[in-house]
Amino acid sequence: MKNFCSRRQFLKISGATAAGWAMASALPPWQMLSAAEIAAAEGRYVATYCEMCFWKCGAFAKVVADKVVKLEGNFLHPHSRGVLCGRGNGGLGLLYDPDRLKAPLIRTGERGDGKYREASWDEALSLVAEKMGKLATDYGPESLALFTHGSATSHFFPLVKAYGSPNVAMPSFAQCRGPRVAAYDITTGSDIGSPERLDMANSKMVVLLGSHLGENMHSSQVQDFTQAIGNRAKIVVVDPRFSTAAGKADYWLPIRPGTDMALLLAWTHLILKNHWYDAAYLEAYANGLEEMIGQYDEYTPEWAAKETDLSPAVIIETAQLMAKNAPAVALHPGRHVTWDGQDVQRSRAIIILQALLGTWGRKGGIYLASKAKLPPLPAGKAYPKPGRPALNRGGYPFAGGEGVTNVVRASTLSGQPYPIKGWFVSGTNLLAALPNPDETRAAIKQLDFLVAVDMMPTDTVVHADVILPECSYLERHDSIAQLRGRDLRLSIRQPAIEPLYNSKPGWWIAKELSRKLGLEAYFPWQTYAEKLEEDCLAWDIDFDELKEKGVVLIPNSENAYIAPGNPPVFKTASKKIELYSEELELLDFDPLPRYVRNEQPQADEFRLLYGRSPVHTFSRTVNNPVLNELFSENELWLNPRPAAKLGLKNGDYVALVNQDHIKKGHIRLKVTERIREDCVYMVHGFGLQSERLSKAFNRGVSDQELISKYVVDPIAGTTGMRVNFVRLQKEA
Amino acid sequence: MPRYAMVIDTRRCISCMACVVACKAENDVAPAHFRTRIREEISGTFPDLRAETRSELCNHCDNPPCVYNCPTRASYKNEETGMVLLHKNKCIGCKACIAACPYDARYVDPVKGVVDKCTFCDHRIAAGKQPACVATCVGGSRVFGDLDNPNSSVSILLRQHPSEVLLAGAGTEPRVFYIKHYRTPR
Repeated sequence: MKNFCSRRQFLKISGATAAGWAMASALPPWQMLSAAEIAAAEGRYVATYCEMCFWKCGAFAKVVADKVVKLEGNFLHPHSRGVLCGRGNGGLGLLYDPDRLKAPLIRTGERGDGKYREASWDEALSLVAEKMGKLATDYGPESLALFTHGSATSHFFPLVKAYGSPNVAMPSFAQCRGPRVAAYDITTGSDIGSPERLDMANSKMVVLLGSHLGENMHSSQVQDFTQAIGNRAKIVVVDPRFSTAAGKADYWLPIRPGTDMALLLAWTHLILKNHWYDAAYLEAYANGLEEMIGQYDEYTPEWAAKETDLSPAVIIETAQLMAKNAPAVALHPGRHVTWDGQDVQRSRAIIILQALLGTWGRKGGIYLASKAKLPPLPAGKAYPKPGRPALNRGGYPFAGGEGVTNVVRASTLSGQPYPIKGWFVSGTNLLAALPNPDETRAAIKQLDFLVAVDMMPTDTVVHADVILPECSYLERHDSIAQLRGRDLRLSIRQPAIEPLYNSKPGWWIAKELSRKLGLEAYFPWQTYAEKLEEDCLAWDIDFDELKEKGVVLIPNSENAYIAPGNPPVFKTASKKIELYSEELELLDFDPLPRYVRNEQPQADEFRLLYGRSPVHTFSRTVNNPVLNELFSENELWLNPRPAAKLGLKNGDYVALVNQDHIKKGHIRLKVTERIREDCVYMVHGFGLQSERLSKAFNRGVSDQELISKYVVDPIAGTTGMRVNFVRLQKEA
Repeated sequence: MPRYAMVIDTRRCISCMACVVACKAENDVAPAHFRTRIREEISGTFPDLRAETRSELCNHCDNPPCVYNCPTRASYKNEETGMVLLHKNKCIGCKACIAACPYDARYVDPVKGVVDKCTFCDHRIAAGKQPACVATCVGGSRVFGDLDNPNSSVSILLRQHPSEVLLAGAGTEPRVFYIKHYRTPR
């Protein structure tokens, strides 16, 4: 009471004088004053785009006296439409997390024991440059690999390319979207993009397979999904777990995990057999319908019912419903689709259904991307040609440009086809992202050098030889995000406040390193603001308008739907959707998806499933004080019947032992009817082992530690991770 | 005078907690306290399950027991807008209102030592904005507006769909309405 009054009076007296704020700033920032209390004080709004996840929502940071006090969505931005999710609102927690990396650190103990000393930027960067120089001399520059995710990529990939290594790898491919990207590449010639171009707001039916929208939070996509609910679209959710989305569904199909392909093939069977496909559409835009005839005869609903543990009736009913509502059916291809190593083919099965129903380019299905183009930027200095070919795709024919993390890790361990001796890690926590962390740790042991750029002392960061503290997205410029939906949209990231502590923006770190490596010609600008202004000049975009509004939309003159004079463009060999893939056939893969049964758990085992919480982005946000308050520890979902059999009850703590005898504990049980009896579920990203994360350390269990087994998809090199089985042990 | 109310469309609430985080940032809500929360109610047995997800907050009742039970007149009903608010300088932290409120909508701010609660973000309303929870609602589940204006979103929604209030039997006459299912379109 006393505190409160004195602060109020103090404010009244001093107004927003510098001295007043300086004193107030000694208090924890977000507890300092409520927005109501400072309404009198002038705030300024700084436009930016969010990096609490990778959807890139436009946002405004409200800044009062050098404090960011509130984040709000940007109404003009198509990814947020004025709305931020919990994480987006929680960006303040990252900015003001007391556990942030505050100064460059140089390792003093053994790698992984967490002993560091603070260093100046000059010393730390000189050491990194010296190590990189030695690496190039000893093994060649290709022996440095860059692991990265998010905005940091646009700073450090150019640096690593200039240095002479092509070996980049992002978990966003091999541990996430990769199979889908490959499947679209094979079938339609281009990915459905991010944001996925699903026209859910106009759909008469939405079908989700394992995609738990709502828990998997991407603002505009979830807005469209709830719009579909509000429009009374038929919602079908296929998920072993009664997800939030399943709770909204007209049909919940609690499928046996690992059998989604059987359901997809049975749906295809029914659509083919009953001629429910859009013949005119397929005639115009697809190849391979004839080759499909006869190939799906065995995949009857009765057969699929046995595989999937669903009833034949519900399989038939949902297929009928799709046919009835086509083409206004949003059949979601999923985003995290690295499930069982047959993921490219399963993704293809979805895309084939999308095509049979005629949804690509149709209202309520998948809208067409804007064809707007920007003039090319003036070419910078050409990167040197690497001395050896890139190893980061590992010979997988459809591995994408994002690289295959597990391939780079395997090469680090084997030294084949040539040694990888240094890792540059930015914006990704590899120990939480890649399956079988034992392999990651073993690879790290073999390195001559590991440098990490991050905001937080993650599990991976605390293995680095040199740690470079990057400031948060609210304190820096990053590259202009170009995203393609109905329009081409450019978004700006600009600092709301100056970097806190002794942290620096990624662009500055890359540029300073380039100077020390003699590569400054690749960074021909003084500040990143200068570079952004030059880019805008080349694109004929008003930089001042972009800075003020946060986003510039380049409207598409084309229609989002197929119309006379607006045909869809398929960048495949045949310029059509390739239902039957000769490209795959030539490479000795199945040209049409077919059923290969996945292993199922023994009677006393459960398949380990993992997913997302709407307030967390993988392991990145677990320590965020604002979000941690809402979700500080993951729970293990278990059906009440096996729980009773094991003598376990809600709230008990258990340890998990997987098929490779890896034991991890302890995790709190959530005994719930919301999950099948043959699987357990937890939110990914917990059980972190970095002691510097005071709120996240050892809270909950890491699903990744229990994912010691993974099945690599032979088409794209991606890692199927839902192939691990666990037994439960009660903990004291 | 506007008669402010909130309509919560539970079908569109996906329990993402954006409202919870936005409310805390906007209103400087103390750690471990909340002015709004998400309830997930699951009924049935596998696989025949039903779910209701909804956000809850102060109901800004027209018959507010918190106001009647406040010994210092700190809690009051704003006659102009219908918002149930608090004169913090009159609050002695006696918790009578907390005991009287059937909705668990109030708490004692551990720093300030006085009771605090949802204000419908009256400071934002005064500035022509939506309450923070509504402005950031990803599902479009929370809708705020004036019941006296027949063209406001709340009036339209309440005309279109059947609605309920929480604990109607308590006789508090809440100004927060819940849509739990949609009327079949004609």
